[in-house]
Amino acid sequence: MILDIILSGLINGSVYALLAIGFSLIFGVARIVNIAHTAFYMLAAYCIYYGTQKLGVNPALCMLAAIIPVTLIGLISYRLFIDPIREHEGAVLIATIALAMAMQEVMLLIFSGDFLGVPHLIEGYRMVFGVKIAYQQLLTFAVALLVLAAVWALLLKTKIGLAIRSTAQDREVANLMGMNESRVAMITMGVSVGLAAFTGAVIAPLAIVNPFMWMHPLIMMMAVVVLGGLGSIKGSFVGAYILGFAESLVVFLLPMGAYLKGSVALSIMILVLLIRPEGLFGIAFEEER
Amino acid sequence: MKRFDRGVVFSTILFFLIFSPWVMPSDVATAQAIKVGVIGPMNFMQGKGHWDGATLAAEEINAKGGLQVGNKKMKIELVKADSNEFISMTDATNAMERLMTQDKVNFVVGGFRSEAVLAMQDIAMDYKKLFLGCGAAHPEICDRVGKNYNRYKYWFRVTPMNSKYLVQVCLINLATVNGMLKKELGIEKGKVAIVAEKAMWIDPMIEAIKANVPKMGMELVGTWRPSDKATDVTAELTAVQRADAHIIFTIFSASVGITFARQAGELKIPAAFTGINVEAQKDGFWAATQGKGNYAVSMSTFVRGVSYNDLTDPFVEKYISRFGELPTYTAVTYDAIKSTLGEAIEEAGTIDTEKLIPIIEKAERVVVSAPKAKFDKTHDLVFGPGYATGITFQWQDGKMKGWWPNGWQGVTYKGMAPYKLPPWMIEKYKK
Repeated sequence: MILDIILSGLINGSVYALLAIGFSLIFGVARIVNIAHTAFYMLAAYCIYYGTQKLGVNPALCMLAAIIPVTLIGLISYRLFIDPIREHEGAVLIATIALAMAMQEVMLLIFSGDFLGVPHLIEGYRMVFGVKIAYQQLLTFAVALLVLAAVWALLLKTKIGLAIRSTAQDREVANLMGMNESRVAMITMGVSVGLAAFTGAVIAPLAIVNPFMWMHPLIMMMAVVVLGGLGSIKGSFVGAYILGFAESLVVFLLPMGAYLKGSVALSIMILVLLIRPEGLFGIAFEEER
Repeated sequence: MKRFDRGVVFSTILFFLIFSPWVMPSDVATAQAIKVGVIGPMNFMQGKGHWDGATLAAEEINAKGGLQVGNKKMKIELVKADSNEFISMTDATNAMERLMTQDKVNFVVGGFRSEAVLAMQDIAMDYKKLFLGCGAAHPEICDRVGKNYNRYKYWFRVTPMNSKYLVQVCLINLATVNGMLKKELGIEKGKVAIVAEKAMWIDPMIEAIKANVPKMGMELVGTWRPSDKATDVTAELTAVQRADAHIIFTIFSASVGITFARQAGELKIPAAFTGINVEAQKDGFWAATQGKGNYAVSMSTFVRGVSYNDLTDPFVEKYISRFGELPTYTAVTYDAIKSTLGEAIEEAGTIDTEKLIPIIEKAERVVVSAPKAKFDKTHDLVFGPGYATGITFQWQDGKMKGWWPNGWQGVTYKGMAPYKLPPWMIEKYKK
């Protein structure tokens, strides 16, 4: 049973990690709590559905192609709705909720509330230590690791990464040093939404595509980010796996309460926050930035 | 000029006298129409079923000039109300309240989730409006009629059978599948895992199944209750497989039914399915599971090629040609309007609810959704041979095949096929 819990936890955690990294990135740099993050993931899932099921495009090609329009929509949304009110965090929060709801309603109008599916990139399953795991889930796990490595390389090995990190550490000083802070935020938003779209592309085959599919991951993703420490990518990664394991534990140890797995995971987050309010890898006070 | 002014004033007064709402209230304006509210989650397949079934019924009635009410003909006017009950209970009660106060409907059909229907039922009863339920299965909804007849007599459950009967059918199906495992694979004592979403109407079903499985010579290896919106049940499937379950008894009414069927098919879980999976009743299930939903089982009212009587096939064919998909059980709003309500109105010669109730209570009607339909003392749909039984079907290579009742108490419907075990299960257990 322990192996079952570990493997299920790794798979669950990978999905949350993929979502949380992009969210954490935009929060850490631009202090934008982008509630619409998972709605972009939902948009990507619909793009893939439309491409594969209605246009008959190859799933892999469709998954890559979906990233472009969704990232563009993300950037336009940033310019129109977020950038003008960026200084007011509360307003950004409300605006992104409205944005997510708007996207949900548009999808509901176009596709109705029907539950839809998209094909797996790789069909079938593999036995891993006696546990059946679908190839698509293994792919998700591998992609989560790759994305983390890519984000790490972007932040530490590139000029734009340096700018992003500088802006994240101190926006005003970065500005004084000649960096276009607003442009960096926009690029970060692009990367973040691109990651959400990419996540949508990888996870959509595992999910049921519907206009409300962004809500549950949003709650879990925010829990992951808060648990790991707001703005900490490393924290998000670790937090994702902690909550993934917590969910698996509930299913295996408390089968009648399997529906509580989300609640138990969120309770763990609250417990951790009671002991360590800044999260596992967060910064205690805003002034420290 | 003065003459012109007088003319304008006179014309204006005349205009208002003719068209003013005081002179011609809206009730009079629509006096020739019977307003039927159709309430359901309209952005989902269940609500679409409600609306489409009602539309067909109204069109057929209106094509004949309407219902004969005494010495005049009255047409049916449908009023759509989106209960949005999957998302918000408040939306559901608001939608019902609007039907009562703003749209001023004469009757209401529809409703889906028991939790929402219980709340909507109270509103309809407050206004003494006939509410013909076409979706919710919880026994409490009809038990209320027995406990407080004067208040709740305006409610009738037209479909589905209540969850006690659903359990009865499910247990009969379970025994059939268990017998098949014994006969074909030599499994002496079938191990059963219950996987049921967390929903109110399912709770009493689970208790009944738990109590009956050991009595039926089987072993219950566990009960898993994922969330109704769970997007991943691989942990549950792994646990079920670890428990060596031979039969997975599913009870799903929401999206988790697709997730479960798809992932179980993807992982080729070596177990036979039985139970209920509402999403599997839909044509789109095969596409939504990307063809992995093979061998998934559910109960339904309509299955292609299976008919209860001479009315079923023409209705199903007409529905498919009009809406492009198989009707789900919520489309029994067709029977609710055309038979339960329509025939009662013509018999009574009035749309007075108080006069219609005793007629509906006594009636036994031939309908499209059962050989015959009638109601018991609690205004619940009567279950049994000759009456509503539903059809248990299985997805077999992209097609829904009805496999029960097939000889049960002498009942066999036209177009039934045998149940199939998944080949990966046969491979694992065949000696």
